[in-house]
Amino acid sequence: MNPLFDRIRERLAAKVNEAAEAHGVLVLRIDAAALLDVVRGLKDDFRFDMFSDVTAVDWLGQEPRFEVVWHFYSTVHRLRVRIKARVPEGEPRVPSLVGLYGAAKFMERECHEMYGIAFAGNEDLRPILLYEGFMGHPLRKDYPKALEQPLVPYREGFEPGRE
Amino acid sequence: MELKLPNPVRPAFTAPSRVDTTIVNIGPSHPATHGTIQIIAELDGERVLRADVHCGYLHRGFEKECEAHTWHNLIPYVDRLNYCSALINDFAYCGAVETLMGIEITPRAKYLRTLLAEYSRVADHMTCVAAALMELGAMTAFLYLVTIRDYIYEHLADLTGARVTYSFGRIGGLARDLPDGWLTRLEEILAQSDDFLGRVHGLVDRNRIFIDRMRDVGCISTADAVNYGYTGPILRSTGVPRDLRKDTPYLAYAELDFEVPTGIKGDNYDRYYVRMREIDESIHMIRQLVELLRENGQGPINVEDRRCVLPPKPLVYGEIESLINHFKLIMDGPQVPAGDVYVAHEGANGELGFYLVSTGGGTPYRVHCRAPSFVHMGGAHLMLEGYQLADIVPTFGSINMIGGECDR
Repeated sequence: MNPLFDRIRERLAAKVNEAAEAHGVLVLRIDAAALLDVVRGLKDDFRFDMFSDVTAVDWLGQEPRFEVVWHFYSTVHRLRVRIKARVPEGEPRVPSLVGLYGAAKFMERECHEMYGIAFAGNEDLRPILLYEGFMGHPLRKDYPKALEQPLVPYREGFEPGRE
Repeated sequence: MELKLPNPVRPAFTAPSRVDTTIVNIGPSHPATHGTIQIIAELDGERVLRADVHCGYLHRGFEKECEAHTWHNLIPYVDRLNYCSALINDFAYCGAVETLMGIEITPRAKYLRTLLAEYSRVADHMTCVAAALMELGAMTAFLYLVTIRDYIYEHLADLTGARVTYSFGRIGGLARDLPDGWLTRLEEILAQSDDFLGRVHGLVDRNRIFIDRMRDVGCISTADAVNYGYTGPILRSTGVPRDLRKDTPYLAYAELDFEVPTGIKGDNYDRYYVRMREIDESIHMIRQLVELLRENGQGPINVEDRRCVLPPKPLVYGEIESLINHFKLIMDGPQVPAGDVYVAHEGANGELGFYLVSTGGGTPYRVHCRAPSFVHMGGAHLMLEGYQLADIVPTFGSINMIGGECDR
């Protein structure tokens, strides 16, 4: 394992449930409540200055159902860290990173509308790729792929879903 | 018939902050924004005070659709993310699947992918610079650049059969090898592009009108750029040499000699210049790769791995094992071991990342694309606020938002 990864693991041991390296990336499994502490540690002590990405995976049928996945990159060390936290369907809530990274504003909006993950602290969770009034969260596994919600009404006599 | 349609967006602000300001809506179908983007701006005279950027008009459910197809069937979809440099998407996606499967591609595939990625980058940067110049009225420079771009498109059509969306990557290699004479034509195009790029430099670099519109307009600092997740030419234009090809080398980049051009203060002029210099560096790399192909790049383009690469046609028709192999690969898809991976390549616009989750089957459980354009839109207001309304056009052009990858 990369020596920096070892140091991160040591420093954050109290807050991390499981740490492993996979394909050159350090993967940390944490509880959602520990997110801000872990990310602040990564940013301030280990110079992970770039927030690359946040997304989620819907493990329908498992409990807790959702896995939120964050990716961070250090432009200094040129290394990546992936953080994973599971959240239940009943309360899919994780802390927002808008206070630490500006990039979080847009990316959390996308994850919010696609999976219904609530990012506590992000005041602006308006739809971004979808539109106002869109019902449901399309990337959830129980959202049917063929379901249409047209903003512009269909022409008279047109049946949706017919090829 | 009168149609009353609901507003698809909710503006961040609806009331002016002062009595002497106006709120205007720009886009999503404005002739000066090449790409469907909507900007709601508060203006003080002609100065932009606040800007609220809305994307999503090209959203077509890329990630949802990916979950319903085999790993191989996604290649035409990833082509349509950044359609100005589709091959880079192909290779980033294939690279991510290969990482999950533990496949190392052959030297020839590695050099060819690198060459084609750089060739695509040249075409992408030329498109971006040409469009930005044309919007400022520089029609001659536009025509020089798109002439070369069209040569590149035709040349890639000779190789792949398509001009824009090539579907040329394959898990484990490439769709086919180079046709005869392809590298000869490549050198002809590169030689002509050197000439035409020189003419573009001569036309605009020290042109008073161009400098007045570009210098000190749309500035972004390195700190802001990093904070907002900027990568690629925009981050480099602020003066830092951050390039994944150098920092975390993949494909054949570790073997190549190239510089990472940087700007001075992250304004429109720097973004123009960084892209022009990157074209030079890419051409320099392509010439090295032609040599590397000749010296070390002989041999097959696909790995010998029946988990993902189709067996040769004579065997499919000649023996039952290969026929079944072919059938299973087409119908069930390549069986990718369970796990997840994030692979990032330096796309023409910045960090293009693929986060893939496999549960061990022939279709992905989750495909997520970290698209540079989408992240760049998150901080676009920083480059618009404080400048003139008319500056939105060159600034937006120099960000090079590509709707296909931004909205997915």
